Amino acid sequence: MNLIPLSHILIFSLALFGIGIYGVLTRRNIIGILISIELILNAANINLIAFSQTTSLSPETGQVFALFVIAIAAITAAVGLAIVLALYRARKTVFADEVHLLKW
Amino acid sequence: MVTADWIYLVPLFPLMAFVANLLWGARFLKNKAAWVSIAASVAACAVALPICVKVFGGARFSNEFVWLTIGSGTLRFGYLVDPLSASLLSMVTIVGTLIQIYAAGYMAGDPRFSRFFAYVSLFMFAMLTLTIANNFILFFMAWEIMGLCSYLLIGFYFEKTSAAKAGFKAFLTTRVGDVGFLIGMLTLFVTLGTLDFSEINSLLTGTSQARLGMNTGLLAMSALCIFCGTIGKSAQFPLHVWLPDAMEGPTPVSALIHAATMVAAGVFLIARSFVIFMAVPGTMPVVTTIGCVTAFMAAFIALTQTDIKRILAYSTISQLGYMVTALGMQGLGAGTFHLITHAFFKALLFLAAGSVIHGTHVQDIRQMGGLFKKMPHTALTFIIASLALAGVPPLSGFWSKDEILLTAFASGHSLVFWTLLLTAFMTAFYMFRLVFMTFFGKARDPKVHAHESPALMTLPLWALAVGAILLGIPGSPMTHHWFQRFLAHAIHHPEYHPSTFVMTCSVVAAISGIALAGIIYLKNIHRAEAIAKTFRPLYQLSFNKFYFDEIYSRYIIRPFNAVGAIFFKFDVSIIDGAVNGAGTGSLWIGAVKNWIDQHIVDGLVNFMGTFTRLLNSIVKRLQTGFVQNYLLIAFLSFLVFIIWELKLI
Amino acid sequence: MSSHLLSWIVFTPLLGAFILLCVPKRAAHLIRWIALGTTALTAVLVCLAFPVFRASEPGFQLVERVMWIPQFGVQYLLGVDGISFPMIVLTALISLMACLGSLTHIRVKGGREKEYYFLFLLLETGMMGTFLALDLFLFYIFWEVVLVPMYFLIGIWGGPRKEYAAIKFFLYTLAGSLFMLLGILAVYFAAPTHTFDMTVLANVKFGLLFQKIVFLAFFLGFAIKVPIFPFHTWLPDAHVEAPTPISVILAGVLLKMGTYGFLRFSYPLFPEAAHWFQPAMGILAVIGIIYGGFIALAQTDFKKMVAYSSVSHMGFVLLGLAALNADGFRGALLQMFNHGTITGGLFLLVGVLYDRAHTRELNAFGGLGATMPVYAGILTFFSLASLGLPGLSGFVSEFLTLLGSYQYSKLITGLAAIGILLAAAYLLYMIHRVLLGNLNPKWAKLPDITALELSTLVPLMIFILGIGLYPKIILNYMIPTLDALLIAIKI
Repeated sequence: MNLIPLSHILIFSLALFGIGIYGVLTRRNIIGILISIELILNAANINLIAFSQTTSLSPETGQVFALFVIAIAAITAAVGLAIVLALYRARKTVFADEVHLLKW
Repeated sequence: MVTADWIYLVPLFPLMAFVANLLWGARFLKNKAAWVSIAASVAACAVALPICVKVFGGARFSNEFVWLTIGSGTLRFGYLVDPLSASLLSMVTIVGTLIQIYAAGYMAGDPRFSRFFAYVSLFMFAMLTLTIANNFILFFMAWEIMGLCSYLLIGFYFEKTSAAKAGFKAFLTTRVGDVGFLIGMLTLFVTLGTLDFSEINSLLTGTSQARLGMNTGLLAMSALCIFCGTIGKSAQFPLHVWLPDAMEGPTPVSALIHAATMVAAGVFLIARSFVIFMAVPGTMPVVTTIGCVTAFMAAFIALTQTDIKRILAYSTISQLGYMVTALGMQGLGAGTFHLITHAFFKALLFLAAGSVIHGTHVQDIRQMGGLFKKMPHTALTFIIASLALAGVPPLSGFWSKDEILLTAFASGHSLVFWTLLLTAFMTAFYMFRLVFMTFFGKARDPKVHAHESPALMTLPLWALAVGAILLGIPGSPMTHHWFQRFLAHAIHHPEYHPSTFVMTCSVVAAISGIALAGIIYLKNIHRAEAIAKTFRPLYQLSFNKFYFDEIYSRYIIRPFNAVGAIFFKFDVSIIDGAVNGAGTGSLWIGAVKNWIDQHIVDGLVNFMGTFTRLLNSIVKRLQTGFVQNYLLIAFLSFLVFIIWELKLI
Repeated sequence: MSSHLLSWIVFTPLLGAFILLCVPKRAAHLIRWIALGTTALTAVLVCLAFPVFRASEPGFQLVERVMWIPQFGVQYLLGVDGISFPMIVLTALISLMACLGSLTHIRVKGGREKEYYFLFLLLETGMMGTFLALDLFLFYIFWEVVLVPMYFLIGIWGGPRKEYAAIKFFLYTLAGSLFMLLGILAVYFAAPTHTFDMTVLANVKFGLLFQKIVFLAFFLGFAIKVPIFPFHTWLPDAHVEAPTPISVILAGVLLKMGTYGFLRFSYPLFPEAAHWFQPAMGILAVIGIIYGGFIALAQTDFKKMVAYSSVSHMGFVLLGLAALNADGFRGALLQMFNHGTITGGLFLLVGVLYDRAHTRELNAFGGLGATMPVYAGILTFFSLASLGLPGLSGFVSEFLTLLGSYQYSKLITGLAAIGILLAAAYLLYMIHRVLLGNLNPKWAKLPDITALELSTLVPLMIFILGIGLYPKIILNYMIPTLDALLIAIKI
């Protein structure tokens, strides 16, 4: 069985991360930002799985971490969406640049 | 069978009557209130008289129980029925009962009928307690309760300002004396260690060994302080001013309290504490002087008064002065004897005067006249009593007054003797001035429609008249001064032999006084005015009662009130001012500190604030409020950090 | 229960107060009943102490001792003896009467009854605790506990100048008690075993100078409370402004806390200083008697007159204390009790009149004896008791006091006797102006005293008459302790 070389996987996850960062920094729609955050988390997951093959520790360690991250991602999504919903109810908007209460 | 301990009942009967009349009098008893009180008095009489008879036969009773613990000793209350208290006890119960019967008629129809009898019963309770008290404290308690009753009864018609004022004056004036009495008791207790009459008696009359080392100075002080009580209660100079005003009370009260019993209690006090006075003979002249001055002064004032009750009041003061003088000259028997006889005829005089007032509704003798025919019973009894008071033989007053004059004569104080004789003359004069102006001559005021009083009132008059006639006998030479010897059982008593000289003087004084009054007032009343004009200064002095009220009001009462006002001002402005000043001062200090706090301490704090704000205005620009800006900065700094850390450049 | 009887006595009112807090404000009836029930229950508990308390024995009884703050040796220490026993009886009695007197008075005064009764019960706990605490620290706490509710009771339910009066009362008394606190700390540190325990401290002998200084510190605390001339000016203000029942408590119980302090703490702790200060105390007492009497004579405000008469009568207590002999002590302690009942009654009577006429101006009245005969009778009764008429309780205590002081100094006694005369003058003058004379037609329709008001006065009258006629009933409780105290402080 021929394994995909580690560097390929890392490049893939780097691309995924870059897309995510780009999305987080540029999307106006908060839901878009949340989706981008999911991309970043998944890039990290891929890294964890990839490295779990090569570490000296037992391979399950990385996989368990990935599972944790998935669970937390689900939670952040839930909380984040709830906040967005609340925000929409209060301000009738889902655009991040329209919410700047903390501005000086 | 009546035993001696039954004597506790004697004061208790009137006390029960008092409680009954006070609680249920106005609502249930109403007109029967009088009979409750009278029944109580009769019951007291019925218990007291058999015991007194035994005492007259030579017995002597006492009993006691512990009331209070003082220091390490005890104060025991109880009764002491010796010759002195027995004679007073019989007098008080009899006179008291008669006066209450009279009062039932006199007060009929009064809106506070039951209240009156409640007070009278309370008074009887106190007076009877006083007579049988075995020690000074119990005596003093009863003494003060009598003063209270006197206050309440003088001010019985309290709607009248004059009556209310008179009660106030009476209580306060006697209280001055009572404070002296209290101090006297304290002194006595500290000196002798007891306040029990019998113990004091045995201590002071005992062997010289017991009296050795006794502080006579303190003893003299206590005697004089106790005498202050007499001065107040028996209306002696200079505290006599309350008694004439006390005539504002209902007439039976004047008869009972202010003639027969309470005022005589002062004399009784001296008689009770006679051993103390005897132990320090130096105090006796004081007593004599006060008594003598009082007797003369009051008689002199009585000469010109026009209110029937006031004349009698001054006469009472004068006669009390007589008694005090007698005691001051060691005439215990004479003084007490006069006390008893005086109680009867003076009560009679007051009751008869009350009958006159009841029949005519006026008190000024200038409005009366020719009442003899209209009120024969009243007039006759009044004249009998006046004769007794004037000292006409063989009525009771003659014998007792004669005893006093004899004592004065035998003791060698000729000044006292002649003063008393002059007083006796004046007494006869003013009494018959009163008699002639009231009952004889023509009716002067057509508005006055006199009528005789009901039998309920005249019967007690006659009963007292009998006493006024006959009571002189026990103390007269006919019975070899049985009464005086009877009293002397207890206490040393100098023996005097009857002197015809004194008797003659006394009779001459009485007769000439009556005759002079007859000459002036019986025929031509205008002669009196001419005489008054001739002796104008003396007349003014007498008519204005030596200006005592004015002097007291200006030099005692007003300064007292002024001191009160000054103290109050001092209190408010200075002491409270200091307190408030401390408060205000604290506020001032607070204000200063406040300034320092705001401008210096807080200034520093505020500077910190301003400085921070300054910085803030610069730094705050970083806060754009866009989350993505922050994220971008975070990401870039992360990249820089990574690059730096990995030495990529 | 009997094993912790004293704690029950102290804390039953507090318990009642907390129950009150749970009752809704609208249930005014329930609130009144709970307050009344609690004070009555406290009185019953005090009655329960009668069979347990052995009158013939000196020394503390029913003692309760628990270590409270071991680091500082502070104990929860309660005990009762012949000095405090009459005082707790007085407190229970006066509280009950004042509570009865509050029932209509506070309703009329504009309500807030829940708060009122809460503070009232808190006050009662404070007073009971003050009289029963034997640990100086505990005593100080209770002493201060009394202040706070009093401040609010005057400041909220008082008259027109209530804020002024309340603040004055609070600050003045607090200032005094701070000195006392310093004194307490000084004693604590000076004692060989650091303790606040009275029973231990009483046996410690302090140096004379130390005694003098600390005596003076305690004196300031107590003197302001009594009040002794010249620290008395808070009293008329507080009395005049306080609502009737609070005046009753103030005069009936609070003033006694000061003189009680002398007997309980100052004398046993500093016997030599007590002797050293004897002349000063005697002179202050006599000044208070005469000065208070004269000022009372000049008053036209009924309540102020009674307030100043308190200054005069408390002077007699001080006089008895200054005498430092058996009769003086007995007179003083008895006068404390009697003054509580008599002046308490007088304040209640002022309140009765004020509730009807809405004025206390003596000169505005006159002739009320005709329209309010029962009231007139009772007012006369209390006035006579106050002026020391024999047969009523005031006489016995004044007599004993004077007898005691006479053995100390004749001059002072003679001067104090003027006070008796003044008492007669101002009280009769008051009666003269209120009850006698022409009836002012304005008051012709004033109703006579009601049954409820009567119920607050009759028990006091029973005590006054009972003690006056047979003082042994109460003196028997006092004498053994006072005699023991006298022996203990003899130098």
